[in-house]
Amino acid sequence: MKVTLERLTKHFGKVVAAGDIDLDIGDGEFVALLGPSGCGKTTTLLMIAGIYKPTSGFIKFDGRVVNHLPPKDRNIGMVFQSYALYPHMTVFDNLTFPLKLKKTPKEEMAQRAQRVADMMGIGHLMDRKPAQLSGGQQQRVALGRALVKEPNMLLFDEPLSNLDARLRLSMRGEIKRLQMDLGITSIYVTHDQVEAMTMADRIAVMNEGRLQACATPDDLYDRPETLFVAGFIGNPPMNFIDVEVVRENGDYHARREAFDLVVPAERGEKAAGKGSVILGIRPEDITIADEGITGEIYIVEPLGRDDLITVHIGEAGVHVLADPTLGLRMGQTVRLDFNMHKVQFFDPQTEKSLLWTD
Amino acid sequence: MTWRQRVGKAIPYVLLIISIIPVTVGYLWLLISPFSTKTEGLRSLGWTLSNWSFLWKPPFGLNYPSIWRVTLNTFMVATSMAVFVVLVSSLAGYPLSRLKFAGRKSFLSLTLIVHAFPSVTLLIPIYFVLRFLHLFNTMVGVALVMVAFELPFGVWLMKGFFDNVSWDMERAALIDGASRFRVWWQIIIPTIKPGLAALAIFAFLSGWNAYLIPFTFTIGRAGKTAVLSVYLQNFQGDTVMTNWNMVTAVGLFQLIPVMFFFIFTQEYLLNIYAGGAKGGA
Repeated sequence: MKVTLERLTKHFGKVVAAGDIDLDIGDGEFVALLGPSGCGKTTTLLMIAGIYKPTSGFIKFDGRVVNHLPPKDRNIGMVFQSYALYPHMTVFDNLTFPLKLKKTPKEEMAQRAQRVADMMGIGHLMDRKPAQLSGGQQQRVALGRALVKEPNMLLFDEPLSNLDARLRLSMRGEIKRLQMDLGITSIYVTHDQVEAMTMADRIAVMNEGRLQACATPDDLYDRPETLFVAGFIGNPPMNFIDVEVVRENGDYHARREAFDLVVPAERGEKAAGKGSVILGIRPEDITIADEGITGEIYIVEPLGRDDLITVHIGEAGVHVLADPTLGLRMGQTVRLDFNMHKVQFFDPQTEKSLLWTD
Repeated sequence: MTWRQRVGKAIPYVLLIISIIPVTVGYLWLLISPFSTKTEGLRSLGWTLSNWSFLWKPPFGLNYPSIWRVTLNTFMVATSMAVFVVLVSSLAGYPLSRLKFAGRKSFLSLTLIVHAFPSVTLLIPIYFVLRFLHLFNTMVGVALVMVAFELPFGVWLMKGFFDNVSWDMERAALIDGASRFRVWWQIIIPTIKPGLAALAIFAFLSGWNAYLIPFTFTIGRAGKTAVLSVYLQNFQGDTVMTNWNMVTAVGLFQLIPVMFFFIFTQEYLLNIYAGGAKGGA
């Protein structure tokens, strides 16, 4: 099923929880709604589910406006962060609850519940109550309950946030696999960018009730359209440095105090002559080298595979991912090589990218 | 432990013991007196079971109903209190907790004001209302008024319990295809069973012990035998010496069932303080 959101807006009193959201979700597509808490992603999801009525704008399923369709007529399955299992019912009763409401014949009901339970690996737990299950098992029941009615669309509201890290990793893979196998259009709300990056076909980044960008994970990472997206996607986050880009002798230079770098022409020309701009560069695109910009190591944080190093260049500080075998120490002076083919430039006023927006 | 620390530890106990002495003495007397011909303080001047004769023969002549009839009446009033208070409160508490509608806030604060209103001041207007409804001097009328007085508390309590039920669960049920009523009945009500039990017990107990309302809205001989607490009143005649030993026997008789009831249900009753007071999401 295709889902289209058109200028979708929800106000709670004077607060704009979600404003003017335009989004097209293709049939069978897996879209993540990503953003910090309170950015309106759950509000948007609940509008799609039919729990909240939009203040204005439209929600269309396969081109049909469904704004006033009650949740039960939308044929969606939803998985919640709190699992939202019915505590007084057994796993079997939880799974068959949606089918009972549809007046499915008893035998078919039992068959379908068993099939879904087996698929989710909870077939042996049918007689248990939710309180007797582990978090992971509860989440499987919740997922099974969403799937058992063969929905046209799956909605996920931070389904993995209550699981421990290891389980989250394996469930992540399972959900993605399941979604691909079943080909059900899915919308997945999360504040965890790793979840969004690894699972989704496309990520819609939201902030303060607005849709910031919607693109594939690679595009968001390599071609962020706004300062917010650039800073939000990627861990450790992108470094931002105020610079001025000038053209000298045919070359473009990004300059500030104690800082002068040559920028490739195709990126430099878009940032040149704009006064002060924000240069963005990811920690993995800076390397410790024999030549380059001089800075002093402020702190070294070992992450295992890499060391995360904070280097002060004049008044600016940048994060760098470095090889732990280098044995870097606090207070040491190092030289940094910036991979200028990967730099981003943003307008400090509009916070829009100078490279990827017109 | 030093001597000083020991004294420090003992002080709270000593204070508590001193403060419960009057209550304990009262209860002791209540246990001794019904089985005594006469008491001097806590000392029995002779043991007897004659004070319990009301159990097999009406103490005020055969025209008066037996205590068992009165007990049944009391039980009916208390049970209808429990049933109707729970029914109405849970039906009213749900929309007040979950739905948005005009006047919701003012309704809630109004309920609280009514709850804070001393019921004594309403006795006269209620008398006229009952007269108008032809329910004066009937048990239905008495039960109705008692249920009404209990409702503000019940509604607020239920609202508190509903507030604590996760929104996600309700949303899940709506998405699964349930109607609002089915969500209330099949999903929400079962999860707040402890709250319902607590309210039912509380209402039952206050129905069992009610005095003011049954006493005010019943008259004549039939009225004076309506419920146990009013029945007790009969023993304090204006012309005859009050047999206090028999009064305590009837009092103990009234107390025993609820005491057992309380012992078995106090765990649920505690939910009123543990569960209902918390704010909702």
